[in-house]
Amino acid sequence: MRIKPARILTYLFLIIAAFVSVFPLIWMMIAATNRSVDIMKGTLIPGTYFLENLKSVLNSNLGYVNAFKNSLWIAVVTTTLAMLVSSAAGYAFGVYRSKPKKAAFNVILLSMMVPFAALMVPLFRLFSRFSSIPGLKWIALNTSGAVIIISIATAFLIFFFRQNTAAFPKELIEAARLDGLSEYRIFFKIYMPTMNATYAAAIVVTFMTSWNNYLWPLIALQSEDKRTLPLIISAMGSSYTPDYGMIMTAIVISTIPTALIFFFMQKQFVAGMTGAVKG
Amino acid sequence: MSERVQKKAWVFIVPSIFLILVFVFYPMVQALITSFQTGIGADLEFEGIANYRRMLTDGTFRKALFNTLIFLIIQVPIMILLALAISSVLNDKRLKFRGLFRTAIFLPCVTSLVSYSIIFKSLFATDGFINVCLMKLNLIDNPITWITDPFWAKVLIIIAITWRWTGYNMVFYLAGLQGIDASVYEAADLDGANAFQRFFHITLPLLKPVILFTTINSTIGTLQLFDEPMNITNGGPANSTITISMYIYNLLFKYQPNFGYAAAISYVIVILIVILSMIQFKAGDDK
Repeated sequence: MRIKPARILTYLFLIIAAFVSVFPLIWMMIAATNRSVDIMKGTLIPGTYFLENLKSVLNSNLGYVNAFKNSLWIAVVTTTLAMLVSSAAGYAFGVYRSKPKKAAFNVILLSMMVPFAALMVPLFRLFSRFSSIPGLKWIALNTSGAVIIISIATAFLIFFFRQNTAAFPKELIEAARLDGLSEYRIFFKIYMPTMNATYAAAIVVTFMTSWNNYLWPLIALQSEDKRTLPLIISAMGSSYTPDYGMIMTAIVISTIPTALIFFFMQKQFVAGMTGAVKG
Repeated sequence: MSERVQKKAWVFIVPSIFLILVFVFYPMVQALITSFQTGIGADLEFEGIANYRRMLTDGTFRKALFNTLIFLIIQVPIMILLALAISSVLNDKRLKFRGLFRTAIFLPCVTSLVSYSIIFKSLFATDGFINVCLMKLNLIDNPITWITDPFWAKVLIIIAITWRWTGYNMVFYLAGLQGIDASVYEAADLDGANAFQRFFHITLPLLKPVILFTTINSTIGTLQLFDEPMNITNGGPANSTITISMYIYNLLFKYQPNFGYAAAISYVIVILIVILSMIQFKAGDDK
């Protein structure tokens, strides 16, 4: 079969696009194994300095391990609570339809239009007041709670779960009611296990969003021991004498959780990010 | 469904409604009120539209607005066209290694915004890899000062955002393209349509709703641009890459906190999002 020139152009275009997309990530991994001086010379050969760089990351006075723990704690708690709260709302909006619920759902959708930039000022002021209210200290500024609490109920997740209840067989609910299960047990015992694909996609996207979140933690977590990974990496990058080997190692390690999720759960990853695909 | 069951169902909904009211709608109203107040720190007094008037003569605000709009007008179309081109090429079932190409082009989405910003900052440093390469290839004699030149700094931000988000948009178009019946293309082939005619007369019109969605999505994202300029150029040099979100942040934390003025500026973003979304909806409407 003769290959058309248009075909070659197509492949060339795709190869360039793929190369440009992947190259910075490969460079990052190569840089993580080299000394800063070699990186500056433009080396593209994997080096032997990964362990040295790792040691610099762990020994840096920025508290990388502590930040990793903070990020993990915030991401896990946020994801767990979001799966309970947002999925329950999405489920109820999808299954128990009524006029007032439709109105409530529209109000929630409206919050999707609100840019975070517009919330920055009032949220900072609101949370700074919490520290003087005894019952609310756990979500005051400089606590993990402050970062977690605002990400538990999101319009995106509620919408995502409501859309996906369409794929949930309603006969299961009828059957469970006949068996005498309460409405709450139906949600926990029937809906949750049946919709595991939807939950997987929602977990992936919620964990990723939390893990990578930058602006609100930057505002809410000003004390050093509370900082999360993006804050630490940002601080490393803004140094005047950057140690590139160390910085790239820090980035590689912080990207491992999301990269693992991507490679093992690619379908859910894409479904969760786009929100449009059925889980 | 019985009345009792309908009532019980609110238990599922109330926690979400409560959180969204307290952490989205209440702050929105609060910001609107604050935007009419002036003062330093928590010491605020009602001053009418003083903050909004101040914007008219604020050079930094004008720069932030200008930069944000430049990023929007140049970066979003480039990225959307690129994503459209890639997805329409990848949609061809006879193509080899489709999955591999798709995964590679989507891969930038795995990185966090801060991480990729730092990677780009390092790659494009004056003595960084990109300059070393360009000089070895004899394309340039002197290193390009990507970070410290007002023009190149903007170019760098645009390159970086395009790298991170093209694959993300591509996924939406690929999903949209799968919904187009192959027989439409076969009919066009029989009529002797070439690749460009197929793209402009079939693909583009049929993908219109998806293109509209991604354009609005990218517009909202770009109007709030923060992580990249903050971490790649820190808004510099001389505020040539500062964005509206960064300026709000600076007003809160870099200078003496000015809540009223920062809140007023944040409403500019809200208004811009509403106006641009409406324009895009109108443009996306079928005539």
